[in-house]
Amino acid sequence: MPTKDEVFEKVREALMDALGVDDDEVTPEATMVGDLGAESIDFLDIVFRLEKAFEIEIPRSELFPEDILTSAEYVQDGKVTDAGVAELKKRMPFADLTKFEANPVVQDFGNLLTVNDLCRYVETKVASDE
Amino acid sequence: MRWFWIDRFTEFESGRRAVATKNISLAEEQMDGYMYMPVLPIMPTPLIIEGLAQTGGLLVGEHNQFRERVVLAKLGKATFHTPALAGDTLTYTTTVEEIQPDGAICICTSHIGDLLQAEVELIFAHLDDARFKGIDLFEPADFLRMLRMFRIYDVGIDANGERLRIPEHLLAAEQEDIAQND
Repeated sequence: MPTKDEVFEKVREALMDALGVDDDEVTPEATMVGDLGAESIDFLDIVFRLEKAFEIEIPRSELFPEDILTSAEYVQDGKVTDAGVAELKKRMPFADLTKFEANPVVQDFGNLLTVNDLCRYVETKVASDE
Repeated sequence: MRWFWIDRFTEFESGRRAVATKNISLAEEQMDGYMYMPVLPIMPTPLIIEGLAQTGGLLVGEHNQFRERVVLAKLGKATFHTPALAGDTLTYTTTVEEIQPDGAICICTSHIGDLLQAEVELIFAHLDDARFKGIDLFEPADFLRMLRMFRIYDVGIDANGERLRIPEHLLAAEQEDIAQND
């Protein structure tokens, strides 16, 4: 089982390769989209690199719960409902949804994920595989 | 100007791997010298990447019987070890690393004989129905003509090693096109 530092280093390497960013830009607090400039196609690349680096499988819906964000049941007037937020928390226990919860506009969701969230996600995946 | 940057496929394993050749000729416009050094007819590297993308893009597209709109979305690493000159035959080999509903990743090489000329990682996207419904990137009958010209169906095999079959929807489009032009 890799240490937290080892996970962070491998995630940092994957993000540097996939996004062409410098190592000092990849901080735990950096958001994938806003700070590191990731676009939708980059996530395919990032997921692929993480799968290889950690020898894990990453179902896309675990990192990007598009089904919830496009569901009529969980979205009203462009905002995720309380039930939707609860579902997101259940689906993404690794992500810090505190800020999003205060004003859960669907459009802002894409900029939620941080490097730290990604590391936590990988840690849980590696642990569950062992 | 025609935008064919491969001449033909020599191997095609559905969903796995494809090999195509590109013969570089001085007769071609891109070799005129204005882009690179005037007296050294070097094949421009972006056009080698385009050739690899055509090889890999058709490999990725065939996986879903050419029903997805496949576009080159991103270049990973690209390393050129040596220039390609007029008279060289480039062998492009593309291998699928991953195909997902939203795109695919291919690892590609270009060789001159046994010499590794370039290594490139390509990421393709499938343009989604939400934004591109009703938009075809190619006219189906023309597209099939191009596939035949590239000899994909002469050399191609499917996942079971059987001869690669032309998708019904492309054959139907071709028949319709022939009937209209009769």
